[in-house]
Amino acid sequence: MDRLLTAASPSPPSPRKDPLELQIEAQSAIALMKPEGVSNLSRRAFLGFGASALVLGALLPSMPVRAQAAAAAAVKPGTRIPAFLVIGKDNAVTLLSPFVEGGQGINTGLAQIVGEELDVHPSRFTVECAPPGPDYAVINGLRMTGGSFSTRSSYPLMRRLGATARDLMIRAASAKLKIKPQDLTTDDGFVVHAASGKRLSYGELAPAALALPPRDDVALRDPAGFRYIRQPVARLDVRAKSTGRAVYAIDQKLEGMLYAAVRHAPNQGTAVEAIANEAEVTAMPGVHSVHTLPGAVAVAADSWWRARKAVEALSVSWSAPARSGFDTVAADYASDGLLAALKSSREAGLPAEAEGDAAAAFAKAAKVIEAEYDAPYLIHGQLEPPSSMARFNPDGTLELWAPNQMPELFQSVAAQAAGLAPEKVILHSPMLGGFFGRHFLYGSANPFLQAIQLAKAAGRPVKVLWSREEEFRMDALRPLSFSRFRAAIGADGRPTAIQARTVGEGPLGRWFGAVFKDPVDSSAVEGITEKPYAIPNRRMEYVKFPHPVTIAFWRSVGHSMNDFFYEGFLDEIADAGGQDPFALRMELLKDKLRHRKLLETVAAMSGGWKRGPYEVDGMRRARGVSMASPFGSETATIAEVSVQGGETQVHTVWVAFDPGSIVNPAIVKSQVESAVALGLSATLFEELVYKDGVRQSHNFDDYPILSRRSMPAVHVEILESGAPMGGVGEPGLPGVPPAVVNAVAALTGQRIRSLPLAKNKIGV
Amino acid sequence: MTTLRVNGRAYQAAVEDDTPLLWVLRDTLGLTGTKYGCGIAQCGACTVMIDGTATRSCQVPVDSVGDADIRTIDAIEEDPVGRKVVEAWVAMQVPQCGYCQSGQVMAATALLKQTAHPSDGDIADAMTNLCRCGTYNRIAAAIRQAAG
Repeated sequence: MDRLLTAASPSPPSPRKDPLELQIEAQSAIALMKPEGVSNLSRRAFLGFGASALVLGALLPSMPVRAQAAAAAAVKPGTRIPAFLVIGKDNAVTLLSPFVEGGQGINTGLAQIVGEELDVHPSRFTVECAPPGPDYAVINGLRMTGGSFSTRSSYPLMRRLGATARDLMIRAASAKLKIKPQDLTTDDGFVVHAASGKRLSYGELAPAALALPPRDDVALRDPAGFRYIRQPVARLDVRAKSTGRAVYAIDQKLEGMLYAAVRHAPNQGTAVEAIANEAEVTAMPGVHSVHTLPGAVAVAADSWWRARKAVEALSVSWSAPARSGFDTVAADYASDGLLAALKSSREAGLPAEAEGDAAAAFAKAAKVIEAEYDAPYLIHGQLEPPSSMARFNPDGTLELWAPNQMPELFQSVAAQAAGLAPEKVILHSPMLGGFFGRHFLYGSANPFLQAIQLAKAAGRPVKVLWSREEEFRMDALRPLSFSRFRAAIGADGRPTAIQARTVGEGPLGRWFGAVFKDPVDSSAVEGITEKPYAIPNRRMEYVKFPHPVTIAFWRSVGHSMNDFFYEGFLDEIADAGGQDPFALRMELLKDKLRHRKLLETVAAMSGGWKRGPYEVDGMRRARGVSMASPFGSETATIAEVSVQGGETQVHTVWVAFDPGSIVNPAIVKSQVESAVALGLSATLFEELVYKDGVRQSHNFDDYPILSRRSMPAVHVEILESGAPMGGVGEPGLPGVPPAVVNAVAALTGQRIRSLPLAKNKIGV
Repeated sequence: MTTLRVNGRAYQAAVEDDTPLLWVLRDTLGLTGTKYGCGIAQCGACTVMIDGTATRSCQVPVDSVGDADIRTIDAIEEDPVGRKVVEAWVAMQVPQCGYCQSGQVMAATALLKQTAHPSDGDIADAMTNLCRCGTYNRIAAAIRQAAG
């Protein structure tokens, strides 16, 4: 926990640093550690949905510690129908979702799953994010929207919930009509007695139905007869999102509300020492008040633009950052300095994966190759800048509207900040204008604590909105990462051993280290470990090197760089052994039918594997292939590239995607397309550089992201192998960087080991 | 006091002359369909039509608008071309997070008003708005569908 605290809040160099921030970090860590027993949980048990009754209710920080255990025992998440379904007299169905919709389509998916069993067409659902509460801790006792967990964690629960509710409707109708339940059926929101033609709507039955004791043995529908699940049901939110009617956090407004704009310290971790012109700024048009916050100044005004102009007019002196070192974001902190430190680390590694006898295999190798790979810090770049709105109500409650992926945790931390009991904090979780991992709890990277503090100080409701520039300054980052690989190649050209040494830090260890105590941070090594290839001798090791900056989960997390590292190096192995990279993968997967099928499928989709180079319209092109096993799903990816004037153009990406089984094929395809776009953006363009202690990018003009001009054609084929359901939102990403880089190598002979491609001079 | 014509209605706004049109629309007039993304006319989330031309409202000082005809996403379905674009967006299931789509729909509507049957090159030239969900291909397909 010490490490978590230090990492989350670099030690304040100024005595004026508000202690609030440190205290909140401590509380969040403590909340995550309760109750006893949870700390013994391995991530594998957690992620694998093992038999861990231990965790039920474990991470419900919204209640006092002792109450949590009692409530967890009393409430079995995902079972109490009234917590999830509200059916009005007009037969309108509202589903209270454990998850936050942020583009991934979870609202529609849940409506399909519940609607299938309840017998209500998904299009008739309104889906809202549920308030905090133990009913919604459906991911093995935890509630969050992330890890590509939503559908796969809740699928059986939500089916059962729908079926149980339908049974209640039938029994209520049976009592009312005095007809045996077995003579009744349902039809899209009605209980029907076919013989008499009598129909009762769920809406009129609901009060009586919900008073009945639910059965826990209701039969589920035979999947062969599914009408909504596995169908490309239209998303519930597209019309609102195509007409400007969708409401995001940034759009919300309260009576009597002030708008607040913030300017953060130029060096993260420093504090306000003095404001020279507070009186003049307070006199600017519309300005209500000027405030000093931890590491920031703020102005509250009657419009955001006025607040922003005023906050930028403030003349602030800030405390000085530490001069050097990696404990804080020091005055000389630089990305390349950190990378050099990761490379030069001599610390002994902890085994992340060990199999066979790698040392012996290297001793006998016909050839040994070695390579270093790295990937930069990345911002999330969700298009909605973060905002939060807070109001202290006359009844003593605090009402909070805050973009978040973990409502109970935000509620708990908000309560600490406001000095209230958690149940006195009413948290609303608005739809997210993109997230990609942005809205977990990241200390100073979330604006909601500022909203609370400002609402308290101003005595009025306040909405804090960060400008895009402030978001670039404060966003929690995908960590800069580094791994060194070695491979032993036998006389037959096949790899006999592989070693990897990963030095760095992952977000799981940073933010959940108090819970997942495994010293090997899986979020730092995933994608290097647990690869499917039959390389008999493996030694993967991990060295923790904490970053001073705020690090984050970012779509596909460790896989976002590690599959690039591994799959790029695997092509180097193929080249060194004189093998075709596709053929080598097939060979190394000869006992893995699921993976071979994916490779065969992606090859067929692209017209048969050909590496190239070859000519299309007089231009040379080539292809690269890669595989990844992220979040319980499996992917095979092929990318086709050309290079012109040193710039890489990706023409087409083919993805064969096996998430085991699916709920909505149209949304799955959209998610894979989207993941390809983000993966490609990171491959080609993105890099957040630190120099002299500050971030060098300020907005999308000096941090280019993928635009239409660089968007390839994307072809996705879904395979349902019937394996346990895997994730969907993230897994399309990790295969993209290595497929592109491998194609560039096939085309130019240039092996890119450091992203993005834009910083490398690529020549044919 | 500035007078504005937005979606066929006259509005009065007591704001400084240099206030960007975006913030007048959102905070003063309460028309929040138009989004703030970057504030430097890079992303296009704030796109509106001014006299039929797609314009990034975050870089338009309100006093430069005069009595021009401002159209925003909030009234897009009142416009026959806009309505077709929205229907195509729904049919192609374009939006994911949806945050950029107000601006995308406005840019597409302006394009189709100018060029009823745009080529791929026209679409590439006109549709420069950013989408972090990467819906670019579906946007292009929806524009082609709306063009008929």
